[in-house]
Amino acid sequence: MSKKVNITINGYPVEIKAGETILEAAESEGIKIPTLCYHKDLCVAGNCRVCVVEVVGQKRLSAACATPCEDGMEILTNSLKVRNSRKQIIELLLAEHNADCTKCYRNGNCELQTLASEYKIMTQEFIELVPLKKFSIDMYSPSIMKDDSKCIRCQRCVRTCAELQGVNALTVAHKGDQMKITTFFEKAMRDVVCTNCGQCVNHCPTGALVEKNYIEEVWEAIANPNLHVIVQTAPAVRVGLGEELGMEPGESVTGKMVAALKRLGFDSVLDTDFTADLTIIEEGTELLTRLKKVLVDKDETVKLPMATSCSPGWIKYVEHMYPEYLKHLSTCKSPQQMFGALAKTYYAKARNLEPDKIISVSIMPCTAKKYEAYRPEMHDSGYRDVDYVLTTRELAILIKQAGLDFKKLEPAKFDRLMGESTGAAVIFGATGGVMEAALRTAYEIVTGRDVPFENLDITPVRGIDGVREASVKIENPVEEWAFLDGVELKCAVAHGLINAKSVMDAVKSGEANYHFIEFMACPGGCLGGGGQPIPTNAEIRRKRAEAIYAEDRGLPIRKSHENPEIHKLYKDFLKEPLGEVSHHLLHTKYTKRERY
Amino acid sequence: MANSHQLKRVDFIFRNENDWEKVLSNTIKKSPRDLINELISSELKGRGGAGFPTGLKWKLTSEAESDEKYVICNADEGEPGTFKDREILSRVPYKVFTAMAICGYITGAREGFIYLRGEYKFLKEELEKVIDEFDYYCKEIRLDFKIKVFMGSGAYICGEETALMESMEGKRGEPRNKPPFPTQAGYQGKPTVINNVETLVHTFTIFKYGAKKFYDLGVQYSRGTKLFSVSGDTPKPGIYELELGMSLQDFVYEFGDGDTKAVQVGGASGFLVPRKKFKDAAIGFKGKLTGISLPTGGSMMLFNSSRSMFNVLDNYLEFFREESCGQCTPCRVGCQQLLLGIKAVKRGDKPAAYLDKLLRLTETMQYTAKCGLGQSVANSFSSIVENFREEMIY
Repeated sequence: MSKKVNITINGYPVEIKAGETILEAAESEGIKIPTLCYHKDLCVAGNCRVCVVEVVGQKRLSAACATPCEDGMEILTNSLKVRNSRKQIIELLLAEHNADCTKCYRNGNCELQTLASEYKIMTQEFIELVPLKKFSIDMYSPSIMKDDSKCIRCQRCVRTCAELQGVNALTVAHKGDQMKITTFFEKAMRDVVCTNCGQCVNHCPTGALVEKNYIEEVWEAIANPNLHVIVQTAPAVRVGLGEELGMEPGESVTGKMVAALKRLGFDSVLDTDFTADLTIIEEGTELLTRLKKVLVDKDETVKLPMATSCSPGWIKYVEHMYPEYLKHLSTCKSPQQMFGALAKTYYAKARNLEPDKIISVSIMPCTAKKYEAYRPEMHDSGYRDVDYVLTTRELAILIKQAGLDFKKLEPAKFDRLMGESTGAAVIFGATGGVMEAALRTAYEIVTGRDVPFENLDITPVRGIDGVREASVKIENPVEEWAFLDGVELKCAVAHGLINAKSVMDAVKSGEANYHFIEFMACPGGCLGGGGQPIPTNAEIRRKRAEAIYAEDRGLPIRKSHENPEIHKLYKDFLKEPLGEVSHHLLHTKYTKRERY
Repeated sequence: MANSHQLKRVDFIFRNENDWEKVLSNTIKKSPRDLINELISSELKGRGGAGFPTGLKWKLTSEAESDEKYVICNADEGEPGTFKDREILSRVPYKVFTAMAICGYITGAREGFIYLRGEYKFLKEELEKVIDEFDYYCKEIRLDFKIKVFMGSGAYICGEETALMESMEGKRGEPRNKPPFPTQAGYQGKPTVINNVETLVHTFTIFKYGAKKFYDLGVQYSRGTKLFSVSGDTPKPGIYELELGMSLQDFVYEFGDGDTKAVQVGGASGFLVPRKKFKDAAIGFKGKLTGISLPTGGSMMLFNSSRSMFNVLDNYLEFFREESCGQCTPCRVGCQQLLLGIKAVKRGDKPAAYLDKLLRLTETMQYTAKCGLGQSVANSFSSIVENFREEMIY
């Protein structure tokens, strides 16, 4: 038992664990203390001062988020002194904030707006600072928009970029009234090390950092009778979308989402999970080929460990931070881009459509996917492979604008041709999922048997630890892969770029000796992506992960190589994994980038 | 009349003492516990302005358990109107180093840093020469203690002890949340004693002459002497070592030009005392029995009747607007609002009653700002606005 301390909160005695902050103690008592700079994912900053409370006997107020409880403390969370101070702090923030709420993307989901509403700030007596300063909106990135006039300097984005991601693209510059959150030499976001992961967007309490939205473009495409608009939806979207539409975290809404997309007017509602399965076939084959080239042919130009390439935030991170390791990246495009390349070739041919009349939209839990679709190399179909990328949040906006009562929608099924998927594809949405899906397939290719884990659940690669390791010993392989007999396949999984960094540093130093590593830019994998509903935190990520694994368990096919549509795709179009058509459409190359 | 005494000039700090080697080697023959008790009995309080009991600070650090501890000399002298630490470091640096080494001996720290104000770069070379000499002697007496100079970069906020440590760690100079205090988790998260330059010199005096000598000077709650940086409308600006507890009236007799309208005690973050309150104001720490008492880092700025108090306040607020680290809301936005606010009242864009709103704002800043900077803006603001309200409006 940990030590207990006795305090009172608003006169009521409370027994709490020693070391708890006042904020935590109050929360467990059901008393809400407002916060702005505080976020459960991040270290305590204590800079907004909105959470100040009175400790009886002290003249100054204490920041509840940053003050540990001491035995005998008498805490007042709502005394007149607290209220007056807190209200003035909110007024100060509003004086500094471009409070043009009706024209803000975060209108209705802004923590400052909520506080202003709770405290009924009806007038602005302080002098408004925004008109006195020059602000410009950085809208040059295809993923993220940054509007300093809405920034409240809570530094949540800065801490996110440093602590969760280790990227440090956003940082604090200047002091006093000039203090601002900016980038290296105040360059545009697109010109710095930003990976476009969008974690800053997900952690921003206001509208200072938002995704670049393509809502109007998509509505226009849908309305154009000459265009065939198809949509693909990533695995993590279906376990997050409900939260934006009034449902609890952890509810999987696949069927309702498909129904909604059909009602929005998309001509065909398809599944990124289909190309997730395809990724497994291509990437699994690539891994085995690499193993053969390294172990048997002793080909030194082939690199191990091989790293996954599904997460575009991770890709841009490697390009900036470890450019000498680009050859370690799987050449496979991400499922989104495989889908895009096939949509305007295979799908167009099969449906007898002109590729230039197809608009390919994707719904992603991700802001980096917007940048990925915009990359110059992503035009292998002869057109831009993916035209518009919307986040989970943007899809929710479309659904609300269309007036759909989401909760009441009857579940529908994905359309066919590129709509079939497996449990292996669904788990792509969680950290460790790509690894698990790849192992399910690769092990079976090599041995002809199921992976040696109960119920196909490769539990060592699941979970929330930042870095996880697993090894699978290959025994009695089929003849073609006989050289792998007795080889222990060593794998690692990392999510959140700060963890990717530690794994890469271990690889670089020679300390780690893996064959295959899954990297996901965002904490929790895609289900915790930068495009997912706000708020996202550890508890919510856990619930979304549960929903994903439940979905996997409930599907009749749980191995990518058993997806019948994949078989058809190879038979009719691609011929073989890593074949010529695959090479052209499904694989890509990477670009060395500078750190600044 | 205030219960204070005549102005007494003293000469301890700058007294040239050639026997620092002897002081050091004799002092470290005593037990750390005895030395801490000696220091505590002197009732020395920190001379940076906050007045924390020095003996207690050293005691807490010596009791903290850690393999690594540090001693930092805060020489980031940035308070407007203060220029005493520069003088100490250029005239009697060996006293500072000796005190740091004794502190290291007592607390178990083996490394000490002088955090030198960026603008004092010209002192660095000379200081390092003395440090070399000092190191040599430490080796000779087998005292494991090294001193390094760390250059500040010019931010006022880095004089705040935790911002200073952040800056030393290569981070942005922003104050930390407290607790934990530096005595538990300071530089590099290790127990750290951080003292103002002058405080350290006083410990030298105490260890050389004994606590009683120090304690006998000054008044109750405010023992010993203090260096004052005297500037403004005075015929004799400069640095003076005086006994604590004097009345401001006596001070003005000595240093005023006969037309002193007000004295700003403690720099921009201190208090302005108008003429009619001189006799009730005593210079010392809280707890003085009569009148108001004013702790101070030693800055004494005198203003005569030719000065506009609006301009004085405007000047301070410009300073704070720029020198706030910008981290916490009340300080960052508050300082801007105060500055813009008094200008708006002066122009007539805001009614005179808006000053009351600003006074309430300074109260909020005092209650809620994260560090001493934001908390103390209220001092000069409220003391100037309350005493010279008409000058703010007309």
